[in-house]
Amino acid sequence: MRAQRETGTVERMKDMATKKEGDAVLKHRKKRWTRDDTELTLLATPTVIWYLLFSFIPMFGIIIAFKEFRINGNFIQSVISSSWCGFENFRFMFTSQDAWIVLRNTLGYNIIFIILGIVVPVTMALMIGQLHSRRLGKIYQTAMFMPYFLSWVVVAAIVWGFLSYDKGFVNNIVTGNGGDPLNWYMMKGPWPFFLIFLNVWKGLGYGMVVYLATITGIDSTYYEAAVIDGATKWQQVKYITLPIMKTVIIIMFIMSVGRIFYSDFGLFFQVPHDSNSLHTVTYTIDVMVFKMLKSATIGMASAAAFFQSVMGCITILIANWIVRRVDPDSAMI
Amino acid sequence: MAKKKYMSGLEKFDRIHPSTNVLFNIIFILISLVCVIPVIFVLSISFSSEKSIQDFGYHLIPKTFSIESYTFLLRQGTVITRALGVSLFVTIVGTILGVLLTTTMGYVLSRPQYKLKGLLTWVVFIPMVFNGGMVSSYYVNANLLGLKNNIWAYILPLAVSSFNVIICKTFFRSTIPDSLVESAKIDGATQLHIFFRIVLPISLPVLATIGLFLSFGYWNDWFQAMLYIDDTKLNSLQALLTKIMDNVDYLSRNAATMGVSSAELARSMPKEGARMAIAALIVIPIGCAYPFFQRYFISGLTVGAVKG
Repeated sequence: MRAQRETGTVERMKDMATKKEGDAVLKHRKKRWTRDDTELTLLATPTVIWYLLFSFIPMFGIIIAFKEFRINGNFIQSVISSSWCGFENFRFMFTSQDAWIVLRNTLGYNIIFIILGIVVPVTMALMIGQLHSRRLGKIYQTAMFMPYFLSWVVVAAIVWGFLSYDKGFVNNIVTGNGGDPLNWYMMKGPWPFFLIFLNVWKGLGYGMVVYLATITGIDSTYYEAAVIDGATKWQQVKYITLPIMKTVIIIMFIMSVGRIFYSDFGLFFQVPHDSNSLHTVTYTIDVMVFKMLKSATIGMASAAAFFQSVMGCITILIANWIVRRVDPDSAMI
Repeated sequence: MAKKKYMSGLEKFDRIHPSTNVLFNIIFILISLVCVIPVIFVLSISFSSEKSIQDFGYHLIPKTFSIESYTFLLRQGTVITRALGVSLFVTIVGTILGVLLTTTMGYVLSRPQYKLKGLLTWVVFIPMVFNGGMVSSYYVNANLLGLKNNIWAYILPLAVSSFNVIICKTFFRSTIPDSLVESAKIDGATQLHIFFRIVLPISLPVLATIGLFLSFGYWNDWFQAMLYIDDTKLNSLQALLTKIMDNVDYLSRNAATMGVSSAELARSMPKEGARMAIAALIVIPIGCAYPFFQRYFISGLTVGAVKG
């Protein structure tokens, strides 16, 4: 990955060089629109239309958070004809009893997910590189990648297989040992752990891929020199591998911090079967927006969605600003 | 030769202790099992007879092996085949469309001399930072674009992602030499020609990566159905599973609207098994396919992780 980043830098330098050349040699040509440009524009048009329809119109549609939205003709007409209501929708949202729960769950789970989403895959990646057999390592990696490819609906079905009240695998074992079956979908206590476990379980394969790419990209001569100097494995990890991985880890960390106001809808809605008893531990911003949208409480839903988009945008920009200070090459902007 | 011998000696010396190796292997075997067993669990339930599920609940190994869930699904005919058809159609058409839209944009952005490059980079970049959110996207798609109960609701909103466009752009920028494009231009080729005849054929790795991201995404998507699809005829497999998870009787009720007697079905139907059989229908193709395509996934993920 280091190598990749380096080529990235070289590329950037080349880009800059061509730009300079272009400035000097082709200054008069710069303004002229060539046939080439027309053809390229033609090639890009379908995608640009897609972006307009599916990204940019919804961005402007976000102002419905400040309106008393009524459907009246098509969407644009309704937005224009709906009357303004200032921050009324936001007042309703923040004074609702769920506001605190939703915010706490979204941020709380995300903080735990971010920490575990780094610690566990990094540890696994460090360990898997040490195995004597490369082949076994590959096999384990493939197995651990499996959950990444399952949709949350399928995961919900699997979890149901384990936790269902009358037929679930866990309750079978409990009753088999003479205990009373537990109604898992009514018990708040263990659900935070289930959700955290599932999140780590599903993201493990992805995280390992990213970190392993960094580890395999490290120049082996570092380790050779260290071994000759008598470094133990642990010292090699501590003084060579981890310092080199630092940038990637920081970038992954900041990227996920940038998404701290977003939650995995499937995890929090599908897996707990939208159970009302679990509401206080599974309700996140996305779940709230979806449920309000389905129950046609558009005012509050749009306010919550607006809050999420704007806060998301701010955190991403701040995160990017920090990345830029840590490692300018990896910044998005 | 001497160097090689010395190196392998060093490598041997640097290995972790054999007992640590055994310990690590045990840990990884356990984790791998945790990752794979749930899938086997689904398969095993789908191959259990309904009676054994009723009597003994779900088990890791079927108490009595039976394919009645699958024969039941087959007898259902229309509901399942339609859902399978919708899933396949969405995956295939969506992947082709998505790859075209993504690669054209990636190619255009990778041309250094293109005049609108700056503008289009912003067009791609802004949605990565800011989006309209679920509510306004829903109204735009359902109300303005008429995607409510329309099969394109599965396909269009997921066709392009800025992440994929950037992967493509990075790939084209670093692997397609400018001289190749220039020489084709001198020979009188248009950019359309260059893109389809020259660039795409030598870009198979990135096509595979993007195509796989998209096809797994489409096959696994259930959220679009929750938002836009109420019409039972347009259910995909994932949508069907979502609805069956909410209500086991969904399949029998649904079949009744399609001409089978509901009461008769509700009696004879292996509900629990059928539910897991649908999950199995979703999982089996993925489980069989991904080990072979993992390489392309990994290349895409690592590029994406670096370039954001």
